[in-house]
Amino acid sequence: MFKKITRRASKVAAIAAAGLLAMNVQAADPIRIGSFLSVTGPASFLGDPELKTLEMYVEKINKEGGVLGRQLELIHYDDAGNASKARNFASRLIRSDRVDIIVGGSTTGATMAAVPMVEQAGVPFISLAGAVVITNPVKKWVFKTPQTDRMAAERVLMDMRERGLTKVGLISGTGGFGSSGREQTLAAAKAMDGIEIVADETYGGSDTDMTAQLTNIRGTDGVQTVLNFGFGQGPAIVTRNYAQLGIELPFYQSHGVASDGFLELAGNSAEGLRLPASPLLVPESLPESDPQKPVVEAYKTEYEARWNSKVSTFGAYAYDGLMLAVEAIEKAGSTDKAAVRDALENIKGHVGVTGTFNMTPDDHNGLQANSFRILEVRDGGWKLID
Amino acid sequence: MFSEFLQYLFTGITIGATYALIALGFTLIYNASHVINFAQGEFLMIGGMATVSLTAMGVPMLLAIVLAVVLAGVLGVALQRLAIAPAKNADVVTLIIITIGASIFIRGLAQLVWGKEYHVMPNFSGDEPIQIFGAVLNSQSLWVLGVGSVLVAVLVYFFTRTLTGKAILATSMNKDAARLVGIRTQVVLMLAFMVSALLGSVAGIVVAPITFTSYDIGIILGLKGFVAAAIGGLGSGMGAVVGGLALGVVEAMAAGYLSSDYKDAVAFSMILLVLFFMPRGLFGAKVVERV
Amino acid sequence: MMAQFSQFRLKGLVFLALVVFALPLFISNPFHYSLATQIALIAGAVVGLNLLVGFAGQISLGHAGFFGIGAYFSGIMTSNYGWSAIPALIVGAVGVAIIAWVVGRPILRLKGHYLSMATLAVGFIIAIILNNEREITGGPDGMPVPSFDVFGWELSVFGQYSLFGMEISGDLAWYLFAGVVLLVAVWLAQNLIDSPIGRALRSVHGSEVAASVVGVNTAKYKSLVFVISAVYASVMGALYGHFQGFITPSVASFDFSILLITMVVLGGMGSTIGVIIGAVVLELLPQLLADFQEMEMVLFGLILMLTMIFMPKGLLPTAANFLAKRRSKAAGGDA
Repeated sequence: MFKKITRRASKVAAIAAAGLLAMNVQAADPIRIGSFLSVTGPASFLGDPELKTLEMYVEKINKEGGVLGRQLELIHYDDAGNASKARNFASRLIRSDRVDIIVGGSTTGATMAAVPMVEQAGVPFISLAGAVVITNPVKKWVFKTPQTDRMAAERVLMDMRERGLTKVGLISGTGGFGSSGREQTLAAAKAMDGIEIVADETYGGSDTDMTAQLTNIRGTDGVQTVLNFGFGQGPAIVTRNYAQLGIELPFYQSHGVASDGFLELAGNSAEGLRLPASPLLVPESLPESDPQKPVVEAYKTEYEARWNSKVSTFGAYAYDGLMLAVEAIEKAGSTDKAAVRDALENIKGHVGVTGTFNMTPDDHNGLQANSFRILEVRDGGWKLID
Repeated sequence: MFSEFLQYLFTGITIGATYALIALGFTLIYNASHVINFAQGEFLMIGGMATVSLTAMGVPMLLAIVLAVVLAGVLGVALQRLAIAPAKNADVVTLIIITIGASIFIRGLAQLVWGKEYHVMPNFSGDEPIQIFGAVLNSQSLWVLGVGSVLVAVLVYFFTRTLTGKAILATSMNKDAARLVGIRTQVVLMLAFMVSALLGSVAGIVVAPITFTSYDIGIILGLKGFVAAAIGGLGSGMGAVVGGLALGVVEAMAAGYLSSDYKDAVAFSMILLVLFFMPRGLFGAKVVERV
Repeated sequence: MMAQFSQFRLKGLVFLALVVFALPLFISNPFHYSLATQIALIAGAVVGLNLLVGFAGQISLGHAGFFGIGAYFSGIMTSNYGWSAIPALIVGAVGVAIIAWVVGRPILRLKGHYLSMATLAVGFIIAIILNNEREITGGPDGMPVPSFDVFGWELSVFGQYSLFGMEISGDLAWYLFAGVVLLVAVWLAQNLIDSPIGRALRSVHGSEVAASVVGVNTAKYKSLVFVISAVYASVMGALYGHFQGFITPSVASFDFSILLITMVVLGGMGSTIGVIIGAVVLELLPQLLADFQEMEMVLFGLILMLTMIFMPKGLLPTAANFLAKRRSKAAGGDA
């Protein structure tokens, strides 16, 4: 943390070297990977594991010789979940720190605030945020690793429909993730046949009790199942209230709570709920033939050993982002921004923790709804259903 | 219909009791020193987080609670001695900014020591909810109400029957006169902060099983407590309790009957209405201004 | 006495102008320009808030609400309805003035902490509406704002412009624009303070009872300054939106309101230049502390506390006092 002085010194050296003499001194020149993350603040359980993941894998890659013979240098800032700060830090990364590529943007707000800057400056940007608006409409320099909230909604609605549940009660947080998720769920339900949203309640990010909203949903005519779109401690409270009220209907959460931390908070009340998630939480359940198995298991083991805390799906977004960046740089053979961007856009079959990525010029996310597995909570642990 | 109404009422009273306890903490400090302590919510946070981390280290629950409360008390005194007292005769607004700085400082420390995650505290008496006329009540809610009532009763006794309590009241009414009759105002101020911190931390502990606890839980709860104290009339203990309960119930009713999106907006509109008709809050004293 | 005041104020304005126009000689990094522009725009809003807090002595804990309305009104009108930037800004300011007038009359009858409470409530209600009305405002994820355009001529951070024959970047252009706006804002504020309205305000601050006894219509003046400070915030908010290119409901949040008030108090209540310094310090501090990662919050809180404890009048008044004392000592003997 107090590497401020060393970093400043290396920054000065890097800027001087990287100036007009870039070509000649490139071999000794580190590859600068910039990042702005929500390490503190309301989205800290996104940014914190993301930062930890980036730090440990930059370290690991450097130990193994770096990329293209050059060491990686991670320059990161904390936007505390504030979009304005995120924009400032993105600007700082691009203009002051002169990074080669940005892997960051924990929240959609932070990402979208930085997009104009990134697009104008022409720096490849791999976002770690969820909303579909990030890659749809496609922006030349912007990519993202998490599946979109639209995909999550579709996956859940499909599972519900398969179980014969067609009338859905929705409860969502008013924060960015929940609000966007709610919008996508409503849109997805309209687009799909045979399923409809019959109740629509919300709660605030720091609310401590959602029994009123759940009581309303329970009282809605014909409701058969409930979906909670949100992240943080809110869904845990919703889950506990759900159990307390004794609501027997099948309960779904979004991928926003795909972490063991959620199970800790929700406790027994989480029993039986389902959610869409990457296989990170259930690597043992993956068949040996699944190409994701070795990648997922390796990430889980390494992360938990290094940080002594449970792995999280959000950290995996950063892992995939970093690995995609590295692959793109290797394929491009240089850190020339346009070349890296082109390489990134054409990556196919990249097996990551979140899914297998197939980027195209029209799809800067590279994942499909079926990269989500459906998990169920059984006996306080995760069980792979589909 | 009725069971729904009852459900909203239970929710409202539970969260309202929390706001009431926080509001009492504000009132106490305001009474003694006319300072609005924006760090009040952090005492709540310390109570919950310290207890959780101590029990995680193996300390038995009861001892952990005692230690957490003591820690909060020490912090309260430190706040008064190190941050408020040195500011002497600063403007009201300046003092507010100091307490805001203190709140950020304490939160920063908590984040360093305890990290950023949310933590769970087990219910004191089990997870089985209580069924009443078709509505469910979390058993912990009864604890909140019970402990809250005990604390209020203790405070009332303290202020009306004990010499120390009366000394605090005297200091708030007229600092110089209090000094003249021999009351050590410096000690009184420290005591007021300490008691307020103890109050806040107990509230935080008893509410933690319901709300979860983390390093930043103090911000919004502290804010709502301030709102409740203002509605009830700053300086009035009765006002703090009524204001807190009213705020909680209005929030829950708004969420249930109006719109869950706008429940906070409804609560804040209610505040504006109350203040419009009763510019000093529900129970605020009529102050005679010396010109 | 009045002449002394005006002299001091003119010095302040000149000093500020010097700083604004000399700064480009010292910075060349576009990120630094960006930071300076942001500081200038927020400082403009703080100058307005200072009129309310510092001169009229009324505390507002919800001022970011007006900033947010200005930003969003301009953003929505230019983005979705194709309005030009200046009309949007003006209409927004007028709208905010009306809201502030309507809301201000009943609220300003309250005193002290109750007034803070009411302004807090207003700020929150505004923030909640901006957050919830997703179709209009883009919700919590925010909305993009087109560049500032003046009758077809576009001012964007990404553009290239020529000024007096020199090539200047969009960043520098915006910086100069914001600097000029700030100077105008300060000039207007100082004129207001020196006018009969300003004197009436100061009398209200000094003692509201005494002021009304000598016939000052305290209610009217308090409302007036409330409206003026709200308009300041709205205009700055609109410009801020165009500059950043993207806004989220956090521009109307409680946190931002607190930041604005803190800038006023830290810089020196009642001192127009002082509050600008407050804005500079509080915007730069997080950037400087960014490298401290985990310790940032602790250090920020500590610095805030210590500054307010040891310099309760704010940075500029304390510094001015200190210099005045030094000068009088140097002149030999006590003043």
